[in-house]
Amino acid sequence: MKILVPVKRVVDPYAKVRPLPDGSGLDLGNVKFEINPFDEIAVEEAVRQKEKDPSVEITVVSIGTAECEDQLRKALAIGADKAILIETTAVFDSPGIAGELAELAKELSPDIILMGKQATDDDCNQAAQMLAAKLDWPQATFASKVVLSGQSASVTRETDSGEETLQLPLPAVITSDLRLNEPRYIALPGIIKARSKPLDRRPAKTSPSPKTRIAFMETPAARSAGRKIANVDELLSALKERGAL
Amino acid sequence: MSRLLLIAFQGHEAEQLSGFAQKLGLPYDVLSLDSKAALDLGADLVIQVALSDIPPADGLAKGLQPIVAPYSHIAAVSNMATKDVLARLAGLCDGSMVTDAVDLDSPTLFKRPMVAGSVIATVKVLALPVFLTVRPAGFPKPAKQGTSQTSQVSLVLKSKASRIDSTSRGGARPDLSQAKVVVSGGRPLKDAATFEQVIGGLADQLGGAVGATRAAVDSGIAPNELQVGQTGKIVAPDLYIAAGISGSTQHMAGIKDSKTIVAINKDPDAPIFEFADLGLVADLYQAIPELREKLGK
Ligand SMILES: Cc1cc2nc3c(=O)[nH]c(=O)nc-3n(C[C@H](O)[C@H](O)[C@H](O)COP(=O)(O)OP(=O)(O)OC[C@H]3O[C@@H](n4cnc5c(N)ncnc54)[C@H](O)[C@@H]3O)c2cc1C
Ligand SMILES: Nc1ncnc2c1ncn2[C@@H]1O[C@H](COP(=O)(O)O)[C@@H](O)[C@H]1O
Repeated sequence: MKILVPVKRVVDPYAKVRPLPDGSGLDLGNVKFEINPFDEIAVEEAVRQKEKDPSVEITVVSIGTAECEDQLRKALAIGADKAILIETTAVFDSPGIAGELAELAKELSPDIILMGKQATDDDCNQAAQMLAAKLDWPQATFASKVVLSGQSASVTRETDSGEETLQLPLPAVITSDLRLNEPRYIALPGIIKARSKPLDRRPAKTSPSPKTRIAFMETPAARSAGRKIANVDELLSALKERGAL
Repeated sequence: MSRLLLIAFQGHEAEQLSGFAQKLGLPYDVLSLDSKAALDLGADLVIQVALSDIPPADGLAKGLQPIVAPYSHIAAVSNMATKDVLARLAGLCDGSMVTDAVDLDSPTLFKRPMVAGSVIATVKVLALPVFLTVRPAGFPKPAKQGTSQTSQVSLVLKSKASRIDSTSRGGARPDLSQAKVVVSGGRPLKDAATFEQVIGGLADQLGGAVGATRAAVDSGIAPNELQVGQTGKIVAPDLYIAAGISGSTQHMAGIKDSKTIVAINKDPDAPIFEFADLGLVADLYQAIPELREKLGK
């Protein structure tokens, strides 16, 4: 059983980020970069499957600059077996990522591609579904539970009104939601130890022709702080005044 | 040819997007997957497909592909069901996609939030067709605009995935993403019973929906479909009451279009007070029962 986990390097999801004054991009001075939290959950899930079934082999892949090695090393430290860094400075939008990953899937023939439901920087929530479409594989997005048995996966997924369970023949694409698991804590020595695991650097196979381009970034209109109120009586009269009740 | 298709997974979604259609300014049709849709909102044609339930994304996207083929723009209300299917359709049709559009400048320039709502990006669409999931709050509904023709189609549906179980909780409360009043609770609501009694009780008294933070959902206090925020539901009610919620960027990303935000938090320095219109520094276990009692009078 082969599991491929794509991971994206993103700005620290807990950092306060702002656009540059000229709107040309994000102000990234002094911010840390992390593995996209949903991708970390996907790696953790793959490793838990491997702990149940030692025949599972986990490859992690990141598309981006040489610095993505940090996030791949973290994924290796969580327990992935090997990593591929598709090194590029080109801008890939989600359709471009899906196209590049589809090429890799044809080469590696994984049984499952387990990825994040969305990258917390672009918040697109697109790449996995586009990849599944290109490969003509079934998909289960927003997974909160994954059970593998033989050549199928049963995936419980969160929906707008509750949850549902899908049975998927493999190969399939699955995306992680927040409740799938809680990733283990990796201390620095673990990351250092993962330095000896194989990491294959290679160029991209596709050249992206972006289907969308970010023309401008701005700070959203801020909600200004209102006022503090002293007690419930004042709250009620303030609500009535505003016509909110 | 430039033409818009609005896909309504549920009948009311077509009406929710009529403001978007008007602002986009292209002639448009509606595809309604549950056979109900308003016929007086200016669409030329309302195409009805009666599906007893929405099939898994792989089959549905393939079934929809021939229907969306003539359109340059294909849009649906932004939620989990539509993100699942529209992104797959975009992949099938080799189209572009804009997730969570909140505004537009032209048929190829859309605004959308990124990085948990810290940034609004203007996205230039370079390739058509474009698939859009749209947040209706940014596009006020126009008045009735003339009637539509209707037609029926059937879809060829074959999914590799099969649904073997589903739980829909919903219940009697209004739908969170459309409610006029939302009462939400966070981590300090000890357990599911307390959450239901305190937050649910106030919501019922106000005829509102119930929401929760990720912290409350993760710890099993509230069910997942109630999560509000960057990775949960986006709400835009007239009144949002946040009780025991700190005001993380991720939570605020889901509520910032609310008309009035009330925060009840016992920590005077909680970040939520920087956004709330009305902030009450109080213990929610005292403030909410008192509020309920005085509302009852
Ligand atoms: C990738 C990612 C996505 C996320 N997506 C979301 C999302 O969609 N939605 C979301 O909500 N979060 C999301 N989060 C989590 C978010 O960062 C916060 O951790 C979460 O919102 C905190 O929830 P909380 O306010 O309930 O808890 P806390 O931050 O713990 O706040 C609890 C508050 O309750 C107050 N309090 C305690 N006791 C009382 C009392 N008796 N009376 C009154 N006040 C009291 C405290 O002063 C405190 O301010 C996400 C995080 C990540 C990394
Ligand atoms: N540059 C990248 N390298 C590897 N995987 C990526 C990259 N960008 C996106 N992905 C994967 O696609 C998922 C969805 O991304 P998005 O469509 O940008 O929200 C992420 O959670 C990752 O699993």
